[in-house]
Amino acid sequence: MKPQVSISKEYCHDNIIEMDHVSFAYQDQKVITDFSFVVKERDFVGVIGSNGAGKTTLMRMMVGLLPPSSGEIRLFGQPIRRFRDWERVGYVPQKNSFNPLFPATVREVVLSGLYSNKKMFRRIGAAEQQKCDDALEVMKISDLAGKKIGQLSGGQQQRVFLARAMINHPDLLVLDEPTVGIDAQTQADFFELICHLHAHHQMTFLMVSHDLDFIHGYMGFEPKGCCGAIDLYVRHSHDPECAIPDLSHSIL
Amino acid sequence: MEILTADFFLSALTGGLLIGLTAPLIGIFLVLRRLSMIGDTLAHVTIAGVALGLLINIYPIGVGLAFAVAASFAIEKLRKAYKGYAELSIAIIMSGGVALASLFFTLGMGYNTDVNSYLFGSIYTLDQVDLYVVGAITVIVIVAISLLFKEFFLLTFEEDAASVSGLPVKFLNMLITVLTALVISTAIKIVGALLVSALLTIPAATSLLLARSFKQSVVFSVVISEIAVVVGLVIAGIWNLAPGATIVLFLIAMLILTIIGKRGLSA
Repeated sequence: MKPQVSISKEYCHDNIIEMDHVSFAYQDQKVITDFSFVVKERDFVGVIGSNGAGKTTLMRMMVGLLPPSSGEIRLFGQPIRRFRDWERVGYVPQKNSFNPLFPATVREVVLSGLYSNKKMFRRIGAAEQQKCDDALEVMKISDLAGKKIGQLSGGQQQRVFLARAMINHPDLLVLDEPTVGIDAQTQADFFELICHLHAHHQMTFLMVSHDLDFIHGYMGFEPKGCCGAIDLYVRHSHDPECAIPDLSHSIL
Repeated sequence: MEILTADFFLSALTGGLLIGLTAPLIGIFLVLRRLSMIGDTLAHVTIAGVALGLLINIYPIGVGLAFAVAASFAIEKLRKAYKGYAELSIAIIMSGGVALASLFFTLGMGYNTDVNSYLFGSIYTLDQVDLYVVGAITVIVIVAISLLFKEFFLLTFEEDAASVSGLPVKFLNMLITVLTALVISTAIKIVGALLVSALLTIPAATSLLLARSFKQSVVFSVVISEIAVVVGLVIAGIWNLAPGATIVLFLIAMLILTIIGKRGLSA
């Protein structure tokens, strides 16, 4: 599809995620067997598979939520157990992973993207509030800052979680089925936004999705990797860096 | 009215205000993590420790505290073994606590009045040592919560996200449970083991109806619980009612009024 990509791949970018002969078993049941895969910088990796194929397991291992039964995983070149630069990883959870009655405001949720191992015991000051304002601005949700998260629509909640993931300007963005339960127009806007981020900003994407149209449309029909019933599609970006480092232009 | 200036009443008020501060501070995190019942469980286990303390003649609250901390470790362990059944580990430890307590009770017949004071609270018998223990635990809880407020927020809101941010999730979980054990083992002297979880959960339940942000819900739950402690103790003192029960009933009355008030506003 894009021959120049495969030629230049060997040296063009660093490895972001390396999975080396990784297996995972849940109790006695093997979910993932001897799987090796490399995600390069500025890859967009789409993960597709039926329910129960182990997509979520695979993704949870890649962000350190589950230790593999055997094999090794490296993040940014470091073994995942010793990896400490977690502010380089942005994470957008599944929509139903939080309690909708939780009394948190949009601002409180977005700010929580800054709470990492390196920020423990540190106070949240004006600089952090500014970062939060910027992230809200970029996602066009500034007017929702004082609302409770449970009062928002699915599409708005998704923007909140994306804003939270983007507040650190991460190098790797991990999205777990981000468009479940969201109407078609909002989905289309969302995909357009992350495609722009991928094409023009120095970011790598890993997305678990049910949206075959989007995955095939953006990453083609040839899976680059396969793990049991899971297919991994990849699109690498060599488009020039966006001239404007500020992200606010990227929203429609 | 002279009861209100008596030494024992002022000690009760001091102890009550301290517990009224720490209990909802921990309780709001427990309620939001759907672990409301952990308060009851740890209280029952604490009673087992208190019974043993009375039996072997060691400071009962101290033994109870050790039991509660041990139980909180066991709950965390069981919670991992039965992922997705958080309440199962709580139920197992609770029955274990009750079993141990009744075992120790029957071993040492003859201290029944003392046991009652731990089951139903005996805030008027707080002595100097009790107040120092409650004071120390209040300081520990406030320091821990204020240093790690934002981390506890993220952990409570979304444990996975806390993990991916590199927060020491295991340690933070453990810390919350140990703090809970500390608060409960001291609170049973105030409201009694049977009513302890009321102080943890009802202020949080009420503040969830009113708060517009997480910070507000924490502040509201502390304010609500302190009001209940002061008003409950004064009412109990004047009309000679059981203080622990009066505080809890007043908390429930505030909850009901809040629910009705909210209905009235939205109707």
